[in-house]
Amino acid sequence: MFFGGGTPSLMSPRLVARILRAADRAWGIGEGTEITLEANPTSSEAGRFRGYRDAGVNRLSIGVQSLRDPDLRRLGRLHSAAEALRTIEIASRSFDRTSFDLIYARQDQTPEAWRIELEQALSLNPSHLALYQLTIEAGTAFGARFDAGKLPGLPGDDRAADLWHLTQEVTQAHGLPAYEISNHARPGAESRHNLTYWRGGDWAGIGPGAHGRLTLDGRRIATETPLAPGEWLHAAEAGRATVHLPEDEPAEILLMMGLRLREGVDLARYDALGGPPLACLPELIGDGLLRREGDRLSLTDEGRPLLNAILSRLLA
Amino acid sequence: MTDLAHIRNFSIVAHIDHGKSTLADRLIQETNTVSERDMKEQLLDAMDIERERGITIKANTVRIEYTARDGEDYVLNLIDTPGHVDFAYEVSRSMRAVEGSLLVVDSTQGVEAQTLANVYQAIDADHEIVPVFNKIDLPASDIDRVAEQVEDVIGIDASGAIPVSAKTGEGIREVLEAIVTRLPAPKGAPDAPLKAMLVDSWYDAYLGVIVLVRVIDGTLKKGARVRFMSNGAVHGVDRVGVFRPTMQDVGELGPGEIGFLTASIKQVRDTRVGDTITTEKHGATEPLPGFKPSQPVVFCGLFPVDNAEFEDLRDAIDKLALNDASFSHEMETSAALGFGFRCGFLGLLHLEVIRDRIEREYGIDLVTTAPSVIYHVHMRDGSMIELHNPADMPDPTLVDHIEEPRIKATILVPDEYLGDVLKLCQDRRGIQEDLTYAGSRAMVVYDLPLNEVVFDFYDRLKSVTKGYASFDYQMTGYRQDNLVKMQILVNEEPVDALSIMVHRDRAESRGRAMCEKLKDLIPRHMFKIPIQAAIGGKVIARETLAALRKDVTAKCYGGDVSRKKKLLDKQKAGKKKMRQFGKVDIPQEAFISALKMDG
Ligand SMILES: Nc1nc2c(ncn2[C@@H]2O[C@H](COP(=O)(O)OP(=O)(O)OP(=O)(O)O)[C@@H](O)[C@H]2O)c(=O)[nH]1
Ligand SMILES: [Mg+2]
Repeated sequence: MFFGGGTPSLMSPRLVARILRAADRAWGIGEGTEITLEANPTSSEAGRFRGYRDAGVNRLSIGVQSLRDPDLRRLGRLHSAAEALRTIEIASRSFDRTSFDLIYARQDQTPEAWRIELEQALSLNPSHLALYQLTIEAGTAFGARFDAGKLPGLPGDDRAADLWHLTQEVTQAHGLPAYEISNHARPGAESRHNLTYWRGGDWAGIGPGAHGRLTLDGRRIATETPLAPGEWLHAAEAGRATVHLPEDEPAEILLMMGLRLREGVDLARYDALGGPPLACLPELIGDGLLRREGDRLSLTDEGRPLLNAILSRLLA
Repeated sequence: MTDLAHIRNFSIVAHIDHGKSTLADRLIQETNTVSERDMKEQLLDAMDIERERGITIKANTVRIEYTARDGEDYVLNLIDTPGHVDFAYEVSRSMRAVEGSLLVVDSTQGVEAQTLANVYQAIDADHEIVPVFNKIDLPASDIDRVAEQVEDVIGIDASGAIPVSAKTGEGIREVLEAIVTRLPAPKGAPDAPLKAMLVDSWYDAYLGVIVLVRVIDGTLKKGARVRFMSNGAVHGVDRVGVFRPTMQDVGELGPGEIGFLTASIKQVRDTRVGDTITTEKHGATEPLPGFKPSQPVVFCGLFPVDNAEFEDLRDAIDKLALNDASFSHEMETSAALGFGFRCGFLGLLHLEVIRDRIEREYGIDLVTTAPSVIYHVHMRDGSMIELHNPADMPDPTLVDHIEEPRIKATILVPDEYLGDVLKLCQDRRGIQEDLTYAGSRAMVVYDLPLNEVVFDFYDRLKSVTKGYASFDYQMTGYRQDNLVKMQILVNEEPVDALSIMVHRDRAESRGRAMCEKLKDLIPRHMFKIPIQAAIGGKVIARETLAALRKDVTAKCYGGDVSRKKKLLDKQKAGKKKMRQFGKVDIPQEAFISALKMDG
């Protein structure tokens, strides 16, 4: 179970408990089920952590983003680095499993500065870390500022690649290798929920703007709900909050998602979903970018940072 | 039939944008040839591409009727001509059909290169010339200065020049009077055997080929059987008429008149510009002197980005060629680009116009290869090959020498930019032939190799002179020089579509520039890519495009189907605008952009 998107840590622990009880009544929550809640690193939210644990939550995922105040401001975050550190501290007292995220390849960030910040993060002993490279996307506020030349000092391709390799090296040395492009964990501490996405499993998406994937009568279905809370509530009360859509190109999406994982993707399943032949496969294997063991196809360490380029060759 | 004394025929000529078509509008309007309702700006620029670019490409003929101050009714045939140098041929053939020219000079700009070129043509054609100083409504208009330039630079009398505003209509009556009083009436004998000059022809989906004629002697009648003297073909005349500016039938056209005929002719190629049309029986025995057809001077390959669209491209090119005899094409195959066409054009603007029309009107994405001129390759065995495509260059050990086409270029430029212009011409292997001043403007004449001009000379000239220079050229002939074929190798493989002919002394710098350009134009791949320029087997320039090191989406979770699909499509789409050479994808615009020179 995963409470995420928006800011679920604004919910009262009591509401979380009621939702979990309802879910248990509906489906039964098994022993050892991973129940994650996303939280922001502010003190008011940290005050509710113990309550969440008592309600049944057993994993916390904290949106830290940076341990440097100037960068937090540039990223438009409201919390400070001190608050973030304190929140992680409090969380680790209540939960065995905490995860937090950091964004790197930021403006003016040197490899040395990132190494120090990353080692500081690892010294907090998280069992799971999400480490994203800052991506400027068209159509976002960041994208507009970037286009207007207001984001100087972002790394070019080469420096971004250096930062990537540094990240792999440091996390590996601390026992948190990447199990997915941007996700690192101690072996066994991977996010079971997120693995579902990358492994092409089923999940039910509930609440405003939630997406899901279900296999119904052997066919894979994508589900969607209204984004506006009021509208969703209205629809939910009328029993028609969820719309079903066929999933387009399921094989391609399986490949695109599955290759993100270190464990790779099952080619037999790709074929079963009707995926087009992968003509460039031998060449990419020969170039040392992909590895094939039986039906398992995965990226090599060289191939991992080039996933998009590899996909565009595979799927061309 | 109008009697000769009441006919005046003239062309409107000028430098680009000096207001020819706008002046034609006013003449059409002042004589009530077109109803107010049907009037629009640059009425005669009817093609989409003309309206969009605001330029004239095809010459257009209109018959207008004018009652002069002497009380007599006159028939005036005006031909509006294009100003751009690529379409100079339209001007020269139009001039053959008329006795006089209105020389329009923008009084805010003065005499420019095409003003000069057109005057010389008009003088050659024995025209009476009436200078018209246009755009006097603009504050920058300076009639005295322009008059001085006309006298100094061109050397014709400017005292009778008529100041006008083709925009407001001021001075238009004076222009009409001058046409009647100062231009000569045509000569000709109505009872002599028919001699009609074939001035132009084009294809119409409903009527077949429409032939524009100027009757010199005799009478062209509807229903007559006529002979085209160059090939002896005989046709029955279906329609005879005039342009007002829409087609209007008349029973016959007499001497001095300009109009059209249709005769169920299927292809423009069956009508030769400059040909003489006479009657099948009792026809003329001696044809008119005629004039040379236009010759394409710039060649390039056009290939569909998507090989599957080759047949569509063939169709599009066939249709365009129906209407444009100055555009040549033949099938070409390229190792890298597959099937396409080698096409010949009058110049780069002409090339652009055709390419634009294929892409837009027919929806075919094109790869355009490096433009080339025709080289004369003299072989050791004494034979000569006309080389249109560097890819076809024979084994150099069999070649004795190579000649390239040269041009005489005339450039008018304000003093302050003269240095830059001289440098540009020098860099392009030019030989200065003349340099004179008129006021604060210089006129330079250079002998230049056409291959140095064909591609981006005009763009460069505009940029080094901030648009203040004007340029005109004529082909002069062929001259031997030290020319070699330069190949470009991408990832060790020659890309034939990037081969160019180049002067040996310029090869290193061109090669280096092309490799540097390609390094920027080709996206990084997952391996490093050497980019080399070579002559024969010898590499003369080299760049290395570093391997891509990182290309991965940072965040990708469950969620939104459409987002995911977008990501997927983005990964596939990048390829669409690329051509694959071995393992390397080259963007289609690279083939042209790689050749642009910055200096
Ligand atoms: N102010 C002003 N503008 C004018 C006048 N005559 C023409 N123009 C403008 O000048 C521009 C060029 O006019 P055209 O009539 O298309 O010029 P052209 O000589 O036919 O151009 P090409 O056929 O391309 O060589 C247009 O924007 C006209 O509106 C004039 O008397 N006064
Ligand atoms: Mg015009």
